[in-house]
Amino acid sequence: MTPAEMNLVAELAVSALLVAGGIFLLVGSYALARLPDTMQRLHGPTKSTTLGIGGVLIASMLYFLLAEGTLSIHELLITLFLFLTAPVSANLVAKAYMRRGGPQAGAGRTTHGRPTP
Amino acid sequence: MTAALFPHPLLSAAIATVWILLANEPTPGAIVLAAIVGVAIPKFTSVYWPGRPRVRNPRMIVEYTLIVLWDIVVSNVQVARLVLFRRPETLRSRFVTIALDLDSPEAITVLAGTITMTPGTLTADYDPDGHTLKVHCLHAPDPDEVVATIKERYERRLRSIFR
Repeated sequence: MTPAEMNLVAELAVSALLVAGGIFLLVGSYALARLPDTMQRLHGPTKSTTLGIGGVLIASMLYFLLAEGTLSIHELLITLFLFLTAPVSANLVAKAYMRRGGPQAGAGRTTHGRPTP
Repeated sequence: MTAALFPHPLLSAAIATVWILLANEPTPGAIVLAAIVGVAIPKFTSVYWPGRPRVRNPRMIVEYTLIVLWDIVVSNVQVARLVLFRRPETLRSRFVTIALDLDSPEAITVLAGTITMTPGTLTADYDPDGHTLKVHCLHAPDPDEVVATIKERYERRLRSIFR
């Protein structure tokens, strides 16, 4: 079955997931530009991006299932690696930032309460 | 005998599963290779993995996974709304400290990862001396509530999984 033969509901579902995923990815990146503080900026890429990628991956699985008739399970692996790497990289950035004395200097304006040394 | 062949049964299962997922098709060849890799890798690397996480309560693992997946969706929507519709100056960002009741390093790692992936919180640092996690909240008018939620929602369940 070619993509052209996909029925309308399947097409709508895949498109909706792609658009929703794209919106969340965009918001995650926009958070980097909008939020003023390094610690706050980390929230964008660790969260919005996860759901954004998740939406695109579910859309991909759905597409291969409905249009090609094959079950594609690669996507689960991407999800797994994302769940493993996102917290670790966020943690490393946060640690490096705090070791350099960041929260006191940069975030005094917006982040209340500093970490105890 | 079983212990010599499978020093880390869970690791063996995980490696075999990942191998089959990589092949993207559970053909007999892929399954045989997955079994070989799943036995060989834990056996040859077992020297570097002295500890072994004890995992119990499979029903709770399923429950925990579902709760975390749901929270990730909710957290994404919340964070997106905070980013889009609030002036950044009005966000009450702060650090909170969570005293841990968990002991095993695996459980603490899972908790730290969960905190980062879920609503408005991000694990910034782990303090092995005080046995605490330092968590940054994007918007927390009430820090005690954040700590209570994390302890009740995630840590309690993790304690019954890693015992």
